[in-house]
Amino acid sequence: MFDFLLDPAQLTDFLSTGLRLSIPLIFAAMGGLVCERSGVFNIALEGQILFGAFGAAVGAYFLGTPTGGLGFALLFGALSGLLLAVLGITLRVNQIVIGIAVILFSTGFTSFMSRVLFPGSGNSLKLQGFGPVAIPYLSDIPVLGPVLFSQDALVYVALLTVVAVYLVLFKTRIGLSIRAIGENPSAADSAGVPVFRLRYACVIAGSTLASLGGAYLVLTQVFLFSDNMSAGKGFIALAAIVLGRWQPQLAFLACLLFGFFDAFQLRLQFNHPEIPFQVFAALPYGVSILALVGLMGQAHPPAAVGRPYDREMR
Amino acid sequence: MQAVPSRISLEGIVKTFGGFRANDDVSIHVAEGSIHAILGENGAGKSTLMNIIYGLYQPDAGRILSRGREVKISNPRQAMALGIGMVHQHFKQVDTMTVTENVVLGLPGRPVLNLAQDRKRIIDLAQELGFDIDPDQPMWSLPIGMQQRVEILKLLYRQADLLILDEPTSVLTPSEIKPFFNLLSRLRSSGRTIVLITHKLDEVMEMADRVTVMRLGRVVANIEASETNSRELARLMVGRDVIFDVTRTPPRIGSPVLEVADLVATDERGLSALNGLSLTVKAGEIVGIAGVDGNGQRELAETIAGLRKASAGTVKICGQVADRLNPAERKRRLRMGFVPEDRQKVGLDLDSDIAFNMVLRSFRLPPFSRHGWVDFAKIKTHAKQLAERYDVRMRGVGQRARDLSGGNQQKIILAREMEDEPELLIVSQPTKGLDVGAIDFVQRTLLAQRDRGTGILYISTELEELLMVADRLAVIFNGRIVGELPVSEATPERLGLLMTGKAA
Ligand SMILES: Nc1ncnc2c1ncn2[C@@H]1O[C@H](COP(=O)(O)OP(=O)(O)OP(=O)(O)O)[C@@H](O)[C@H]1O
Ligand SMILES: [Mg+2]
Repeated sequence: MFDFLLDPAQLTDFLSTGLRLSIPLIFAAMGGLVCERSGVFNIALEGQILFGAFGAAVGAYFLGTPTGGLGFALLFGALSGLLLAVLGITLRVNQIVIGIAVILFSTGFTSFMSRVLFPGSGNSLKLQGFGPVAIPYLSDIPVLGPVLFSQDALVYVALLTVVAVYLVLFKTRIGLSIRAIGENPSAADSAGVPVFRLRYACVIAGSTLASLGGAYLVLTQVFLFSDNMSAGKGFIALAAIVLGRWQPQLAFLACLLFGFFDAFQLRLQFNHPEIPFQVFAALPYGVSILALVGLMGQAHPPAAVGRPYDREMR
Repeated sequence: MQAVPSRISLEGIVKTFGGFRANDDVSIHVAEGSIHAILGENGAGKSTLMNIIYGLYQPDAGRILSRGREVKISNPRQAMALGIGMVHQHFKQVDTMTVTENVVLGLPGRPVLNLAQDRKRIIDLAQELGFDIDPDQPMWSLPIGMQQRVEILKLLYRQADLLILDEPTSVLTPSEIKPFFNLLSRLRSSGRTIVLITHKLDEVMEMADRVTVMRLGRVVANIEASETNSRELARLMVGRDVIFDVTRTPPRIGSPVLEVADLVATDERGLSALNGLSLTVKAGEIVGIAGVDGNGQRELAETIAGLRKASAGTVKICGQVADRLNPAERKRRLRMGFVPEDRQKVGLDLDSDIAFNMVLRSFRLPPFSRHGWVDFAKIKTHAKQLAERYDVRMRGVGQRARDLSGGNQQKIILAREMEDEPELLIVSQPTKGLDVGAIDFVQRTLLAQRDRGTGILYISTELEELLMVADRLAVIFNGRIVGELPVSEATPERLGLLMTGKAA
């Protein structure tokens, strides 16, 4: 079952599939992590991936370029973030309820609009996407070269995002403020941190990041839009955040874990056609449940997450 | 009229919370370079007013002038820009972060943090102020007096020149108060202005230049400290004469209700807190535990109440061994009452309403609950009666416990714990943060309970209070009782020696 790991060609293939399957998770998990660190639950990641995917398809279809697709994906992501922020931060609606609402809305809206906008819905499109970019010299390293240095542009962006989120959260003044408003907004407010503005910024930035996960699916993997194509990735990303204990570097590793399990189960599916594929497809979810159970009681979310801040309430 | 220019002036400030006027046409002038005390009963609106100056609350009407210039303070950042800093009644800190991070938080500066540099500057400033602070400790691990010093350092690090201190002394132990006052004097001589809120009248007389007294949201007096005395201040605050000495009848002592033998226990950090402590309380007497804070008082109360496990020794309540019983069982079966030191974390469910807090322990039992159904109407009438009897100032029993002022929260706990007519009552620092009227009330209530035949263990760091209510004093030092004496023989000198472990 594991002998493919010994063959360089198969190993390379397996590793790059695993990495590619991790990318949407990484974008979504980093986005969700930024929101939660600032004290706002964003369980709508699933919907925001879908919005990102839809935006990418719209942009790429009407403007004819992958960059146009990327632009629209970011716009849709930012708008969904703004919606979340207005409802959850200003109007103080329960953030779980908002998240569910955004997910339901994204499903309905995107499948309806794709039928309106695209000829014969979205899954017969052949959109312009991004091609792989090989980094000279580095991509020639055996096994790791092709896996890490001959990837699509968005893969590099995802990896840089992890580094950036880590640096911003832990090495900058604004990162200190973000962590503080997620722990104790009233203390941060009293110290002079603009709690509301910063939470807005985090939720919009985080949602935009999540939408990049969807853009990646459309612009570098399938080049079309299909209904509900986020397929649970947003929920896996939520699990990765918890598994990574709200630390970007650990959440990144959790995303890789899930991505590689996905690659592994695809391989099993392919090699064992006699077994119903659903059995294998359930594997990453099973792993995420086991991982979370194993971590029970150990992970502490930011203390104020999910609780809207009200200055005049004591 | 004023010789010294005003640092901050409030004119006609009004603030309402859902129809309730917490501040009603309040005008105050705080002179530059002075210590200005604000006095008032629990719930008089002192903290509300300070939160308005600090930009946390927006007034419904009125003007604020900073150095004579009208300003609008929409958030704490703007207050900070005007040189205003505030130490809140309940500190506002990020517990999980270090001292350095808490001090730096919210400051403007270069986008990339340089905590090493801030750390050095914090150490320098701490030295200058005479604070012994480790900048790398996480906030939660510091004792509360230390946390306060960090809060003050935070203000000075931001170069605030108007310091608002909301009940700073209620978290300090008696030995910490003197250095604290020295600090205030030094800050005043360096030209800073201090607004000091306190309930302790002698502190006002000692430190303040000018005093504002508030009652029911209004200013009732604005006077020079040199032109008044504690008695007058107390009367202004409460609206009646407060007689400080309560009348006491000789105790009618019965059989033991609490017998503690050779109790050994550790604190959170695993350090020994109780070292073979023995103690007896009989029915109908008040035994005061005197001692410097941190000598095992909290652990003693918690072990007796069943919140902390003893590693050796026994606790007998009303003649029965209680060691295996949890707090609820001790309360119900052994008829114990417990008024904890931390009323916000242990004593109340802050987000529930007053009525529920009054029956926190008994709502599942008859008469409040029958066949598994809770009778809310009964709970409500019960709460109304209790609130009236204990003079809880509130809008209604449906109000959240969180919204009450500190004194009124304390009254709810007292009401609940005494309602079941306990045989044994443990009270820990019951007057912390209470105004003189409320202290008077609490002490009278406890004495009445004793006359009914309850044995009371009264733990306090305030000697005067103990001398006033206790029949017998036991001095705790290093987790052990180092001396017991009737109140009639207790003098502050003798107690002082015992409390520092110098005499047996
Ligand atoms: N955020 C709030 N929401 C509702 N009511 C409030 C709020 N803040 C204060 N109050 C009410 O306003 C009144 C004044 O409260 P405040 O905290 O200013 O009193 P205080 O004088 O500081 O009392 P204490 O000495 O107990 O601290 C109280 O009756 C309180 O219940
Ligand atoms: Mg107050």
